[in-house]
Amino acid sequence: MAGISKTSIARKVAMALSGLFLVLFLAQHFTINFTSVVSPSTFNEISHFMGTNFVVQAILQPILIAGVVFHFVMGFVLDVRNRKARGVKYNKFKGQANSPWVSRNMILSGSVVLAFLGLHFYDFWIPELIHKYVETNPDDPFRYYDETIAKFAGNPIRTGLYSISFVLLMLHLLHGFASSFQTMGVNNKYSSGIKIFTKAFAIVIPMGFVFIAIFHYFNNL
Amino acid sequence: MKLKLKVWRQEDAQDKGGFKNYDVDGIDGDMSFLEMLDVLNNNLVNEGIDPVEFDHDCREGICGSCSLQINGEPHGPDRRITTCQLHMRKFKDGDEIVIEPFRATAFPVIKDLVIDRSAFDRIQHAGGYISVNTSGNTQDANSIPIDKQDADDSFYAATCIGCGACVAACKNASAMLFTSAKVSQFALLPQGKIEAHERVLEMVHQMDKEGFGNCTNTGACEIECPKGISLENIARLNREYLSASVFS
Repeated sequence: MAGISKTSIARKVAMALSGLFLVLFLAQHFTINFTSVVSPSTFNEISHFMGTNFVVQAILQPILIAGVVFHFVMGFVLDVRNRKARGVKYNKFKGQANSPWVSRNMILSGSVVLAFLGLHFYDFWIPELIHKYVETNPDDPFRYYDETIAKFAGNPIRTGLYSISFVLLMLHLLHGFASSFQTMGVNNKYSSGIKIFTKAFAIVIPMGFVFIAIFHYFNNL
Repeated sequence: MKLKLKVWRQEDAQDKGGFKNYDVDGIDGDMSFLEMLDVLNNNLVNEGIDPVEFDHDCREGICGSCSLQINGEPHGPDRRITTCQLHMRKFKDGDEIVIEPFRATAFPVIKDLVIDRSAFDRIQHAGGYISVNTSGNTQDANSIPIDKQDADDSFYAATCIGCGACVAACKNASAMLFTSAKVSQFALLPQGKIEAHERVLEMVHQMDKEGFGNCTNTGACEIECPKGISLENIARLNREYLSASVFS
């Protein structure tokens, strides 16, 4: 096992595992957010549970943050190493002839998603921390829906930024989700099914987030 | 046909190098790309200029020597061929053709279009073999039953000619397709299982040591490989490596 963490395959596997973990989180996040469209009270109930439950707050949230930080840091580390491996650049490089754009620009789509996370933290996570730990407001299980809607209501710029970011997330997932299975060594008779599932997920979930943002924007005009 | 060539010229490994423009005339569509370069070199010699150095040997698509990046693609615009099998009918009269060496830190340029691909040899030396006593008492290979699919997959992996197009095509200059083919050709056979763990660990270690990039599964290597080595081999390499890391 010595030195496994230093090899290119180990780094790729770690990248794939952290990516799969984030995909699971994304599915869970989408499910909760979607309840804001169909049932505000359910959304409040689940959000209150997620925001106050000890296991979620003290154990799962730090693991999630570690996963996010690791995925981004490792992504940039791998990109720097890969650029170094090329050395002298080609005068002419026809990447489009043999590989999809999304697979060649993961660092670009990932960087946009990272920038979006900054906006998302500014919008929701930091205000939540201030609400709970700085202002030490009393517990209010009914505030989550109104606070969420307020971010999009009458704010076409924020709604647009969220939509663009999720389009980039879709592009990132279109390659990354399926790619993680290949990295884990899965390339067999189930691979075509995995590809269909991962591509469907990569389109449906991010577009679902876009739908939620646009729904709340138009629903509150 | 008449062509404009933009060719990478570099005196030696220390030289910075740069592109030179040449015109060649009288190129026939039935000529191979290397024959077109022969015409260019004849012209250059007649003009008292050093000919363009490029690797070539069998000129039959077997040896993998002819490593050229042609108009942004390894071995040019055709598929499943080496540069020597690329015909000039793929180009039109008046075309400009950019000819560069395969670019990778692990493949330093020796001169002009000739690169040093001994990194591949060192990966192979690290574990791409089986230790069998061949001093007259070797067991007949046919006495060990092998599943037809495994035998076929092993054979296909073994068709890798080590040309380096996978590295050249990969945006990360990764050598995973080459290494995976060399691991797979043994991993699928009972004869290769004895040293399987040691082999994959050593070959991956050497691959990293040579300075190749990480595989990001773009699939460019498979598309540009003249022998069509499949990405399945990379998945197998990953499995073999993870298994060896955990169980050895």
